[in-house]
Amino acid sequence: MSCWETFADYALRSVGVGERLLPRSDFTLCQQFVLIGSGMIWNVYFGVLALFAGFFLATAVALGKAAQSPWLRKPAEWFIFLFRGSPLFIQFFFAYFLFLSLKQVAPVFTPLTSAWAGALVVLFLNTAAYSGEIFYGALLSVPKGDTEAADAYGFSGWVRFRRIVWPTMLRLAWPAYTNEAIFLFHATTLVYFSGFPAFQQRGDALYYANYFADKTFNPFVPYPILAGYFILLTLLLIALFGLINRRLNRHLPQARRAKMKLRLNLIR
Amino acid sequence: MGLPARPLRRRAAIFSYCAEPELLEGARWLACYLTTGKHMAFYASFGTVLLLLAITAPVALAFGFLGAMSARSHIFPINWLGRTYIAIVRGVPDIAFFLFFVIALDQGFEWLRHQALCPGWDQPIRQGNDFVVCDAAKLPLGTAPQWVHETYGFLLAVLTFAIVFGAFAANVLFGAMRAVPRAQIETAEAYGMSRRQSFWRILVPQMWVYALPGLSNLWMVLIKATPLLFLLGVEDIVYWARELGGTKTPRFTDYPHGDWRMWYFLALLVFYLGFTKVSEVVLGRVMQRLTFGQATAGGEAQRKAAA
Repeated sequence: MSCWETFADYALRSVGVGERLLPRSDFTLCQQFVLIGSGMIWNVYFGVLALFAGFFLATAVALGKAAQSPWLRKPAEWFIFLFRGSPLFIQFFFAYFLFLSLKQVAPVFTPLTSAWAGALVVLFLNTAAYSGEIFYGALLSVPKGDTEAADAYGFSGWVRFRRIVWPTMLRLAWPAYTNEAIFLFHATTLVYFSGFPAFQQRGDALYYANYFADKTFNPFVPYPILAGYFILLTLLLIALFGLINRRLNRHLPQARRAKMKLRLNLIR
Repeated sequence: MGLPARPLRRRAAIFSYCAEPELLEGARWLACYLTTGKHMAFYASFGTVLLLLAITAPVALAFGFLGAMSARSHIFPINWLGRTYIAIVRGVPDIAFFLFFVIALDQGFEWLRHQALCPGWDQPIRQGNDFVVCDAAKLPLGTAPQWVHETYGFLLAVLTFAIVFGAFAANVLFGAMRAVPRAQIETAEAYGMSRRQSFWRILVPQMWVYALPGLSNLWMVLIKATPLLFLLGVEDIVYWARELGGTKTPRFTDYPHGDWRMWYFLALLVFYLGFTKVSEVVLGRVMQRLTFGQATAGGEAQRKAAA
């Protein structure tokens, strides 16, 4: 079987298109590259959607934590503590079994017991908590002069936030937020190892890498392939976030622009 | 239906009233349920987690120290080795490293023993999908008792954790060593200290205050990484929570119940939240102690508060 045929059979295997059976013997390098790459679809899916949705909740959480009223502040603080203080791995397990119990009560919750929805909800809340803390820190370091100038010009309420505070907050938070985004993509590899079943063996990149390592009893091929894919993904993210960082800093003189400092990869 | 309705032999119970579980209700049932032999194993597995932390933290710190020292070295191969070690573990999901190292280390050890113990072996080690070494090189030996297998698995896990977290620690310590003011080293040199002396007597005692924020962050991350032990095949708290929480029918246990895994994982969640909270408080105190008398903003603030 040529590599092109393998590609046609397995490139979309992780979403259920193409050959039904996974290779069982005589594993070729091509099969490993294609299937692990196919699994990356799920990593990108989880990462992109959770990051996008989490961004808005994170802003709300950061504002809540910075609020005067304890009715807003306390829930935000507890939300952040709950998701940052416990391992994501345990959060996945707990959420999965919680959704299983909820499914018994009302069938509305059935989609949440599968990975595409349930794990996405957990990742969304988790990244919202981590980014919320980053945004909160940035919110506190918005220069006093900026807000005083806004007050002097008669800005108030929503317009003051949208035009003055928010852009500066994002600008200050962006390097740390880039790291958070990279963490999040790495964390998506936990999904299929934490209770959520891989329906018809449709898993993510690590799921397939693990499959090959188990079958061939040789970790020295699939895991480096996986590492290669993730390094590519990380570089892509850094480039993308770097562009946004440039845009956020475009009004500043060259010397004062926030440099992207990258600290990669710690487990959450 | 030849099977007995329930196990014939019961473990000695802690409470005397646990002798007839069918008759119990409410709080007494719960007290008996939570003190069964399997639950004791569950509680002991919390000890496994603490033991892992207790062994891994110093070993990873030592690995990190060595890594940071070699990254500072003036000898090219050592310098290159240190920098590669720091760089390689970052940028790739660490769970992949956990899955990788456990098999890789196991095969590496067996291969080394194979080279040493069976020189006359003429077959290839990788035969298709199998990894074959001679019987004498197997780790642990096929004849070894169960506890040796479990300890070996645990030690492999510890080593894996230490390698991965050692790289993180090396990164933190490397940064801390560079954060010590240059004037301190120059003063040491002016007093005629050698490179080695100024490293051990001036740099190392002063770097900890710069390293502590990074190291305490690392400690938090290490705590939160402990459930990954489950993936390495150790019978840890995640294993037991899944095991004990699953639905139990009266046929196989004295304490039948539905699917309680959600509650078991809730308990684990609370355990970790408490653990991180306690760590936060303790590390805050340590930071206060280390800051005392240092020429940093924190030290200055302490001095002013006391005056």
